[in-house]
Amino acid sequence: MNNPGDENQGSTGISAIRMEARNLTVKYGTVTGVKNISMPVYNEKATALIGPSGCGKTTFLRALNRMHDLTRNAVISGEVLLDGNDIYHPKVNPVVIRRKIGMVFQKPTPFPTMSIFDNVVAGLKLVGIRDKNLLNEVCERALRQAALWDEVKDRLTSAGGSISGGQQQRLSIARALAIDPEVILMDEPTSSLDPRSSSKIEELIHELKEKYAIVIVTHNMQQAARVSDHTAFFYLGELIEFGPTEQLFTNPAHQRTEEYLTGKFG
Amino acid sequence: MKTLRQRNTRDNLMVGLLYASTILVLTPLVIIIGYVIVNGISTISIEFFTQELGSPSRAMQGRPTGLVHTILGTLVVDSMALIMAAPLGLGAGIMLSEYPDHKLNPLLRVMNDTLNGMPAILKGLLAFALVVKPMGAFSGLAGGVALAFVMIPIIARATESALMTIPWSIREAGLAIGLPRWRVVLSTVMPAARTGLVTGFLIAFARAAGEAAPLMFTSFGNNYLPNRWTGMIFGPVDTLPQRLYSLAISPYKEWHAMGWAAGVVLLVFVLGLFFTGRVLTRQKFKV
Amino acid sequence: MQHEQTDTIVEKPVSIIYSWLGDRIFLTIVVALGLSIILLAGAMAWVLTEESGMALKEFGVIGFLTGTTWDPGVQFLFGALPFIAGTLITSVLALAIAFYPAVAVAIFIAEYAPRWLGHIIENLVHLIAAVPSVVIGIWGIFVFAPWMRDTFYYPIYEWAANHHPSMLPILGSPIGYGMATATIILALMIIPFTTALTRDAIRQVPKEQREAAWALGATKWEVIRMAVIPYSRGGIMAGAILSFGRAIGETMAVAMLIGNNNNLPFSVMGPAATMPSVIVNEFREAVGNLHLSSLMAIGLVLFVVSLIVNLVAAYVTRKLSITGGQSI
Repeated sequence: MNNPGDENQGSTGISAIRMEARNLTVKYGTVTGVKNISMPVYNEKATALIGPSGCGKTTFLRALNRMHDLTRNAVISGEVLLDGNDIYHPKVNPVVIRRKIGMVFQKPTPFPTMSIFDNVVAGLKLVGIRDKNLLNEVCERALRQAALWDEVKDRLTSAGGSISGGQQQRLSIARALAIDPEVILMDEPTSSLDPRSSSKIEELIHELKEKYAIVIVTHNMQQAARVSDHTAFFYLGELIEFGPTEQLFTNPAHQRTEEYLTGKFG
Repeated sequence: MKTLRQRNTRDNLMVGLLYASTILVLTPLVIIIGYVIVNGISTISIEFFTQELGSPSRAMQGRPTGLVHTILGTLVVDSMALIMAAPLGLGAGIMLSEYPDHKLNPLLRVMNDTLNGMPAILKGLLAFALVVKPMGAFSGLAGGVALAFVMIPIIARATESALMTIPWSIREAGLAIGLPRWRVVLSTVMPAARTGLVTGFLIAFARAAGEAAPLMFTSFGNNYLPNRWTGMIFGPVDTLPQRLYSLAISPYKEWHAMGWAAGVVLLVFVLGLFFTGRVLTRQKFKV
Repeated sequence: MQHEQTDTIVEKPVSIIYSWLGDRIFLTIVVALGLSIILLAGAMAWVLTEESGMALKEFGVIGFLTGTTWDPGVQFLFGALPFIAGTLITSVLALAIAFYPAVAVAIFIAEYAPRWLGHIIENLVHLIAAVPSVVIGIWGIFVFAPWMRDTFYYPIYEWAANHHPSMLPILGSPIGYGMATATIILALMIIPFTTALTRDAIRQVPKEQREAAWALGATKWEVIRMAVIPYSRGGIMAGAILSFGRAIGETMAVAMLIGNNNNLPFSVMGPAATMPSVIVNEFREAVGNLHLSSLMAIGLVLFVVSLIVNLVAAYVTRKLSITGGQSI
């Protein structure tokens, strides 16, 4: 299957594989979240993670930006490589990693006490960037990328919580884009939104994947089919199948995959 | 631009400040309790629990002196207060919890919270005007009334809280077998909430037991045991917090020593009640 | 079968009356008890106003509030300003001293300490509030005040006497019982309230807010500063105002340590007075009805100030809180 961007991959000098999980296992105490996952994440493509509830897709996603560091009894084994370097290496500072791998959550989470502007540039202020001109520039760029600029450009100073749910989610995306990450992780970004806002976000993903590597967890199979280039099917903590989306959906290699896609469970 | 090292340094600085603040806040507590126990224990003796205070000369001359009348007075006044406060507190709590749609409830809640936030000394002034003035004398009853004013809002809140945690299904079960509403409350809901209710009483009692201000011009104080036990109700009565204050500001060294001892007794009394309340609360959640 | 049916039919009218009557009586009793609390709160306002009548009529409300002379002995003049000033100064300063440590302890308990340690610290902080005021007072009289005198007041006074004699009136008498000592003890006593409410407010911050901050590459403290504290500011403010309310009404420890000087101007270390302290100190030996009425009037002022502070606290909680009203 050929995507429009395929011919350009070699010329940008960035490896086609942006991130890679190798034998990744995540355990909480005695419970295993995901077991022995090995899977690539391609640059400038969107990869969807699908599977029934509790299959480990969100657990896997959160392992990609070391969010499990915050869980008290989580144990990670295996490797997650970003541009060839293991992000779980003891010398690596997770704070640095999380700037390179942005995340958007299921519930839109603007910081309610901050204005829209302050929300977008929150990540920049963390590293001490104060230059007003630079901040304004980045804010506009990020909001445009998130397709929110036209709607809020006249009220950048109003509170982050004063806009609609769909707009809040795009604001969260803008906030993640403002720090110029290399990979964007999305955890069911449209599941709390209405259909119109959802489709706007899906349009956004199409635009964003021309520049970033995107990994999106979704329980909506149709969404995965619409939006992603590659799909990974998880079941009971294991990666059952991974492949180009069209192929996985029309001709799954494993029986489980087919059963899930045809609605026999999940 | 802030480097990672700068941010990490600031992070560590903050943690250090937080640790330091915690130590700063907790140290005085340890020091206070330590001093009270050390200074007070030495004056505690059998006489302390069996003798009356008497005049200053008694202590100065080394004759036996103690605070038996104070301890008894405290128990009498505090118990009277609880007996008076319990019905009102329970009633209000039941009203707020079991009849949530009653139109007086918003007003009741506001008034109760207001009463709760009022300084205790004002409750003493109220008891002075309502009891001492008409009676023409300071009395244990007036002190009990003043402390009841302190206890009531606490009991009301605790009762409402305790009753609201009882799931609706318990009331439904009672109604389903044909019990009238009042029986449901008295026979099923309240027994189920008894731990919470008792804890409410304990906390209220502990709070009131430590208050001196409301007693200063209601039960007033007495250096001796009253002649008859009715004297404890209708005449001036000594209580630990008020006596502690008087001893501490008196010019007599011997009385200062007795003050420390009174402090130990009061501390053990109040903290003991609080601890019991806490233990009960924890057990409630375990069940 | 039929036998049982007739039995139940016969029983019904009696049990209906039993339950209906019982319910009415119960409701009446309960409402009466609840009503008496409402009346109690009203009685406080009414009684204080009544008893203050004589003094307020004599001096006028404004005259009483702004009068600076309190002299029960010779002039029979009673002005409340010194005590209002004393209360406000000590309470505001106590809050200023207590605020950051109290919030810091709450953050420490909620975010940094392991659960068992957080529990212990929390209970210890509650303990501070449980110790009776008179016990803190007696420790203050015999231990803290002399220590402050010897460690700080005398050295500062000597230094000022040698280098800046003009500062001496501002500093005041260094004997240890005065505004500074009372304010510091007051600060200690109100810490538990701010800490408890701040900790409650921090607990309510949703996980997603913190995660959003983490995901931006924030360090632990930055997450707290960016996501946790702003979200809890309603609770933090409410805690501060509640602490202020407590400080205003704190009676015994303050009365025992503040030195009891009824005349303005107050100095930093020197003796002063507050509304509760003067009531406690003078009520028992009040000379004459005017004196008594004036003390009652001070009680009325205290009542009104307390009321206002409580209302402001409730308002602030609602306004600033993001999750809606939180019960204090």
